[in-house]
Amino acid sequence: MIADSMIIKVILSIAGIMIVFTINALFATWLERKVAGHIQLRLGPMEVGFHGILQGAADGLKLIAKEIITPKGVDKKLFTLAPYLAFFPTLLMFVVIPFSDKLQVRDLNIGLLYFFSISCIATLGIFMAGWASNNKYSLMGAVRSIAQSIAYEIPIILSILSVVIITQSLKLSEIVNYQSKYWLVLVQPIAFVIYVISAIAELNRTPFDIPEAESELVAGFHTEYSGMRFAVFFMAEYTNIFLVSAMATTLFLGGWRGPILPPIVWFFIKTYALVFFIIWVRWAFPRLRPDQLMSFCWKFLTPLALLNLLITTFFMKLF
Amino acid sequence: MDTEKHILKDFYVNMGPQHPSTHGVLRIVLKVEGEKVISSETVLGYAHRGVEKMAESKTYVQMMPVMDRFDYVSSMLFEWGYVGCMEKALGITPPERAEYIRVIMAELNRIGSHLLWAGAFLLDLGAFTPFLWLFDARERILDMFEEVTGQRMTNNYFKVGGVADDLTPEFFKMLDEFLKMIRGRMAETETLIESIIFLERVKDIGFISKEDVINYSLTGPVARGSGVNYDIRKNEPYSIYHKFDFEIPLGEKGDCYDRYKVRMKEVIQSVRIIEQAVASIPEGPYAEKAPKIIKLPEGEYYFAVETSRGLLGVYLVSDGTSNPYRFKLRDPAFSNLSILDTLLPGNKISDVVAILGSIDVVIPEIDR
Repeated sequence: MIADSMIIKVILSIAGIMIVFTINALFATWLERKVAGHIQLRLGPMEVGFHGILQGAADGLKLIAKEIITPKGVDKKLFTLAPYLAFFPTLLMFVVIPFSDKLQVRDLNIGLLYFFSISCIATLGIFMAGWASNNKYSLMGAVRSIAQSIAYEIPIILSILSVVIITQSLKLSEIVNYQSKYWLVLVQPIAFVIYVISAIAELNRTPFDIPEAESELVAGFHTEYSGMRFAVFFMAEYTNIFLVSAMATTLFLGGWRGPILPPIVWFFIKTYALVFFIIWVRWAFPRLRPDQLMSFCWKFLTPLALLNLLITTFFMKLF
Repeated sequence: MDTEKHILKDFYVNMGPQHPSTHGVLRIVLKVEGEKVISSETVLGYAHRGVEKMAESKTYVQMMPVMDRFDYVSSMLFEWGYVGCMEKALGITPPERAEYIRVIMAELNRIGSHLLWAGAFLLDLGAFTPFLWLFDARERILDMFEEVTGQRMTNNYFKVGGVADDLTPEFFKMLDEFLKMIRGRMAETETLIESIIFLERVKDIGFISKEDVINYSLTGPVARGSGVNYDIRKNEPYSIYHKFDFEIPLGEKGDCYDRYKVRMKEVIQSVRIIEQAVASIPEGPYAEKAPKIIKLPEGEYYFAVETSRGLLGVYLVSDGTSNPYRFKLRDPAFSNLSILDTLLPGNKISDVVAILGSIDVVIPEIDR
C-alpha cells in the first residue's frame, strides 16, 4: 500500500512538473514576444489563437518537424548530449519549488543548496555544446559562458546566504513561513537587487547575454544547433527564467503568501511579475562587453554582497 | 614552465562575409588572443560588379538607375552627384522649385540613412528596441518617397534638369506629420539609447585623431566626429544650400560616441533644413527641358555632394559620344573603411562591432 502511494505520488509529481514546464514554456515565450512587441511599437504575434497565444505551440511544432542537422567534424556524442544536459537540470530544479503550502514535490532540508547546485550543471551543457560544435564562435561563446557563470554564482550565493542567516534555514518551506509577517525583500533589499542582477547574468540574457551575443558571435554556443535540439536549449532558457523568478519569489517576496486569492495564484502572480521584469530589462538595454561584465561582478557585485552579508550577520548577532 | 606552448596561437576568427553585424558581405579576418584582437585584415570584393567599367558601355541615362544601387539607403544623394555632374557639363541650371525638391528629398534621405544607421548600430551593441523605434520613423520617409517617386528605396527620381515628378499635396501632408513627430521621437529614442551600458560600450574606444582624418581622407560624420569641420554643404555650397540656416555638428574626441552623437544631431539639422525649404518652396516648373539623348561635350567633369556618409565625388570623362569614356566615383564609405584595420588591434571582439558600426559602411558602395 505504502509503495503504491509512493509510486502514485511520483507519477503525479512528474506529471505536475511537466504541466507547469510546458505551460510556462508556451506562456513565457508568448509573453516575451508580446512584451517585446509592445515595447517596440508593434503588436507581436497576432495570428495563431487569441492574440497569438498559441504561437509557441506552432513554433514548437515547426521545430519538431525540422531536420536535425549534425555538422561535419563535431564530437557527435557530446554534441547530441549537450542540449539535454542543459535542459534536464531545469526539470530537477522544480522539485523543491514550493508552489503553495501543500504543493511541493520534496521539501528537502537543504532545498536551497540543492536548487543552486543543480542549476550549475546546466553550464556544463552549454560548455559541451560550444566545445563539441567545432565552431570558433561556439567555442568563444562557451568560454564566455563558463567565465560568466562561475563569476555570477558567487554574488548569487552570497546574497541568498543573507536570507539563510536571517531565517536560520535552508528549507524553502521554512523560509516562506518566516515571511508570514513581512517579506524578506524589506529587510534585505540589497540582497534582492544583487540576486536579480546575478540571476539575469546566470540566465545569459541581455544585458548579460555575451555567450550568445548575436552581433558578435552569431549565436554563440548554439550556432550549430538546429531543429528540436535548438528548441531544447530555448525551452531550457525560458524554464530557467521561470525558475529564478520562482526562487526570488520564495526567498524575497513571501512565496505563495498573500491575501484573498489562493496561494498558488499568488505564487504565479509574483513569479510572472518578475519574469515580466526580466523580459523588460532585455528589451531596454544594450549588451555589456565581457570584460566590463567581469569587472562589474568582481569589483562591484561580489564586494557589495559580502558587505551585505557582513552587516546582516552583525545585526543578527546584535538582536 | 613553458607557458608559451599553452597560449592559443594564431587563432583566427572570420567575421563575415556572412555575419549578422557586418551588414553586407564584408569580411574581417581577426587574429585574436582570447577576446583581444591582435590584428585585423579587411577583405573586400564580395559584391564587386565592376560598375565603373560597365558605365562605359551604357549611355548616360542608362546609368541613372544604377546610381541608386551603390548606397541603397541614401540613393537620391548618389543620383544628385551624377545628375549634378552632367548638369555641370551641359550647363543646365535646374529651376528653383526643382532645387528645393532636391534639397527636401536629399535631406529626407539623409535622415532615413542616419535612422537606419543608429538602429543597426544599437542592434550590433545588443539593443533591439531603438532599431524598431527608429525604423518606424524611417518607414514614414519611405512612404513619402513612394508617394512621390513610386519607389521606396531605389527611387530613380532625379534627372538632368530637375526631378522626374512634382511633389504632391499628399506628400506635404505626410511630411508635415513626419516633421511634427521626428524631434520627439529622436529625443525619446536618445533617452532610451543612452543608458550607462551604452555609454560604457562606446565611449573611449575607436579613437580617430584629426591627423588620421586628413591622412586617410575620411569624410562625413566620421570626420566630423573627430572635430574636423568639413561638410561640403557648408564649405563649397552646391545647389541652394547657402540659403538655409543650419549647423554642422562636431565631435571632440573622435571616439565611437562622438560619431554617434554627430549623426543624431545631424538628423535634427536636416529636419531644420527641410522645415525651411518647405516654408519657402516656390511655385513653378519642376524640371528644365533637357536633351533626350545626352551627349556631354568633350572634357573632364567633377561634381561632389555630401551624402549621409561623407563626400561623394563623381568624375566623368567624355569623348563626345553618348557613353561616358570614363566613370569614377570617390565614395565616402570606401575611404572611411580604410582606417578600420588601424583601429581594431588592441580592442576586444565586442568592440569590433561597435567600431565597425560607428564607421557606417554600406557594402555595395565599397565593392563597386
